[in-house]
Amino acid sequence: MRRLIHACDIDYLALGATVLGTGGGGDPYIGALMAKQAIEQHGPVELISIDELADDDLVIPSAMMGAPTVMVEKMPSGDEPVKAFTQLEKFLGRKAAATVSIEAGGLNSTIPFVVAAELGIPLVDADGMGRAFPEIPMTALHFGGISATPMMVADEKGNSVLLSTVDGAWTEALSRNATIVMGGSSMLALYGANARDMRPNLIHGTLSIAMKIGELLAAKEDAAVRLDKLLKFTDGVELFRGKLIDVMRRTVGGFARGTVTLEGTAGDAGSICRLEFQNENLIAMRDGEPLATVPDLITVLDQETVHPITTEELRYGQRVIVIAMPCAPVWHRPECLELVGPRYFGYDFDFKPLRQVATQVDETDTRV
Amino acid sequence: MSYRLGIDVGGTNTDVVLLDRENAVVAKTKTAVTADIVSGIRAGVGTVLQQSGVDGGDITHAMLGTTQVTNAIIERRELNDVAIVRLGAPATRAVKPLAGWPEDLRERYTQYSWIVGGGHEFDGREIAPLDEAELTAIAESVKGKVQAVAITGVFSPVNTDHEERAARIFRDILGEDIPISLSYQLGSVGLLERENATVLNAAVSNVAKRATLSFQQALADLDVHAALYLAQNDGTLMSVEYALLYPILTIACGPTNSMRGAAYLTGLKNAIVVDVGGTSTDVGVLVNGFPRESFVAVDVGGVRTNFRMPDLYSIGLGGGSRVAEVDGKVQVGPKSVGYRIVQEGRAFGGDTTTFTDVVVSLGKAKVGTHPVELPEELAHSAYEVAIDKTAEAIDRMKTSAEATPLILVGGGSVLLPSEFEGVSEVYRPENFDVANAIGAAIAQVSGRVDRIFAMDQKSREEVLAEAKSIATAEAIRAGAEASTIEVVEIEEVPIAYLPGNAVRIKVTVAGTLASYSQEQKVGAHASH
Repeated sequence: MRRLIHACDIDYLALGATVLGTGGGGDPYIGALMAKQAIEQHGPVELISIDELADDDLVIPSAMMGAPTVMVEKMPSGDEPVKAFTQLEKFLGRKAAATVSIEAGGLNSTIPFVVAAELGIPLVDADGMGRAFPEIPMTALHFGGISATPMMVADEKGNSVLLSTVDGAWTEALSRNATIVMGGSSMLALYGANARDMRPNLIHGTLSIAMKIGELLAAKEDAAVRLDKLLKFTDGVELFRGKLIDVMRRTVGGFARGTVTLEGTAGDAGSICRLEFQNENLIAMRDGEPLATVPDLITVLDQETVHPITTEELRYGQRVIVIAMPCAPVWHRPECLELVGPRYFGYDFDFKPLRQVATQVDETDTRV
Repeated sequence: MSYRLGIDVGGTNTDVVLLDRENAVVAKTKTAVTADIVSGIRAGVGTVLQQSGVDGGDITHAMLGTTQVTNAIIERRELNDVAIVRLGAPATRAVKPLAGWPEDLRERYTQYSWIVGGGHEFDGREIAPLDEAELTAIAESVKGKVQAVAITGVFSPVNTDHEERAARIFRDILGEDIPISLSYQLGSVGLLERENATVLNAAVSNVAKRATLSFQQALADLDVHAALYLAQNDGTLMSVEYALLYPILTIACGPTNSMRGAAYLTGLKNAIVVDVGGTSTDVGVLVNGFPRESFVAVDVGGVRTNFRMPDLYSIGLGGGSRVAEVDGKVQVGPKSVGYRIVQEGRAFGGDTTTFTDVVVSLGKAKVGTHPVELPEELAHSAYEVAIDKTAEAIDRMKTSAEATPLILVGGGSVLLPSEFEGVSEVYRPENFDVANAIGAAIAQVSGRVDRIFAMDQKSREEVLAEAKSIATAEAIRAGAEASTIEVVEIEEVPIAYLPGNAVRIKVTVAGTLASYSQEQKVGAHASH
């Protein structure tokens, strides 16, 4: 299932990655332009399944870190993702056979394309989250016992920092501080491991999924048809259809948190839906009852275009459709939910997998 | 007696109003836009002079809102060759200038583009020293080959040093006459969008120059020797000199003028404004008498930009919108007969059914010269479709669920009802049909400051006062009368990790034209 990714595929990837970004994850626009420039310069990127690698082939994920405001102003030089990557290779004493994404949602879906194009190595069609999360340890790799360090943080000036840390929290804190000193954004090479160890701890096929989602949504078809195809393809459900009547935002601990209130229209008339977000959408409630919760994916779409709306773009008066898609099964494990479930984000209830919740909704609908 | 001319050249009509010194409308006219624009203006101004009997020599000020610059970009007409210089290497090379531009423009402009060492970090530190040697080499290599220069530095809204120094190098080599566009004057944080706006600005500088000269000529032909001002996106005026430096700021002045006119005609400072034309309807929001600004990137001729634009929601519905039945569903617009409504619309004797005809047949408004009879069911559902579309657009632009006043302006606004859900009251001011030209005529002059201030030595009040006085000085330089200057907007953004407790402060002030108020005084004395 090798496949060549050309510059024209990257637009689909960026659109699909915004859907999987669940309202956050950083705007893939700049990342998409970087990926396109790299592909135009060095040729298409080969997307492979990890099964095509030998067990002891080294795979090093590549990612970007930093403040969105900085990323849209001081873009990378293009050398630093490769520099972080090759310096980590040097430290480990061997060459990587491939790279892979940490996040399938948002900006970081696009960054490994730059490394793959420039170094002429394949990109594994997979990622470490199946969506986007705000912190470095929030990956399936972490829970699979793969360490984020040794990790290389590099800037555009040629500086790089090698981190070796005792746990995920230290990785997060030290790399974030190095990034601030470097001017607010940096490029990372981290979570390097053999294909054998990586294989069971990746969410597979997610880059293809993102591109397919983008392609479905960009098709010249009716909104209803495209929505239907999207839900079928992602195994998702429509949670609520309504009009945005309130957005409340506040900054808590450096994160943009907020609550969005929707008034139901069409089949949802008479109901109120509340969305809670912290960069990404976390919780969707209907009339006080949870409809879907993190780590399942909650995405807001524009009713007319069926294109995703990020949490920054939410505004009074928008006509939207809230959808939810099931997260990768790995997140259902109790130790994972401790770090990415509703309670971690401060909500006083447990995660209920989407399918279970959705069935309840269907029952409610039947009763009405 | 002194008078002012307000001129708005839109997509369909050229509107001209003549105001006396109390801002009363002395004469107004609407004429179809002509291919050369200028003859339409000459005709319109000629008409108001004739109607009013006012002598052209008594007109002291002419305010112009024009879509010339927008059209030049959309139609790729008369654009300059531009040296595009980004100060940011080694950063930013992963996305070159013109990325994401439409192919035709990109091909044309890519030849003269560079990324040079320089630029700043978010906290004002240098990314790298400015590479003055390379800038000198570039300036020498483009001498005689480009007609304008566009310079964009990383984080120049935080630190303008490198852009200013680079400009000096180009000016020394290329001479004083070549227009140099600096990005910090045009946009906010977001390098690509700001750079795009800067390049477009540089590309249209000659279009702006020619347009301005021909407007001056059109007025001179009628013996009008008024001071000429151009309306800009934010609802204030700029002098001709300033407009020649930053012509792209005129790009969305049409809807802005309508909104400022609506505010002036009703005296309302906070309201929704619905401007109904022949082809489309724009919905905007007045906040403190000025249009609310857009927060998202705005597409200009296929190019993403981020400069100050009014926040608008436009729908393809106007007086000339065609009524059609598709798959048993009635549609109104987005196709339109536009200014050909007077030939093609049923109410004017034609045989195309338009939104105007729907309203006329239902007896809700009197427009045109011919009676219109449409099947009642069709008329009712078409009317409903159109009003629903408008109501939704109004609702989208509201910032809260509270009922808001609504002002209807534009020639097509007679077609809309006087009640909308979520609207407290509908205002239909006198001269609603030329609100845009009135908006241009009554516009004020602004001054702004957008700078980083250190707060470790001074109090917040002292710093704000300093910022206001800089903006005020700027407004006075642009021609505002000191006693009339008021603060329009203040924005404070604390910047982390910068020594000295730094805050980015943006202040906008606006005031009436000084020469006009002086003229008023002279006139008042003379009448004694």
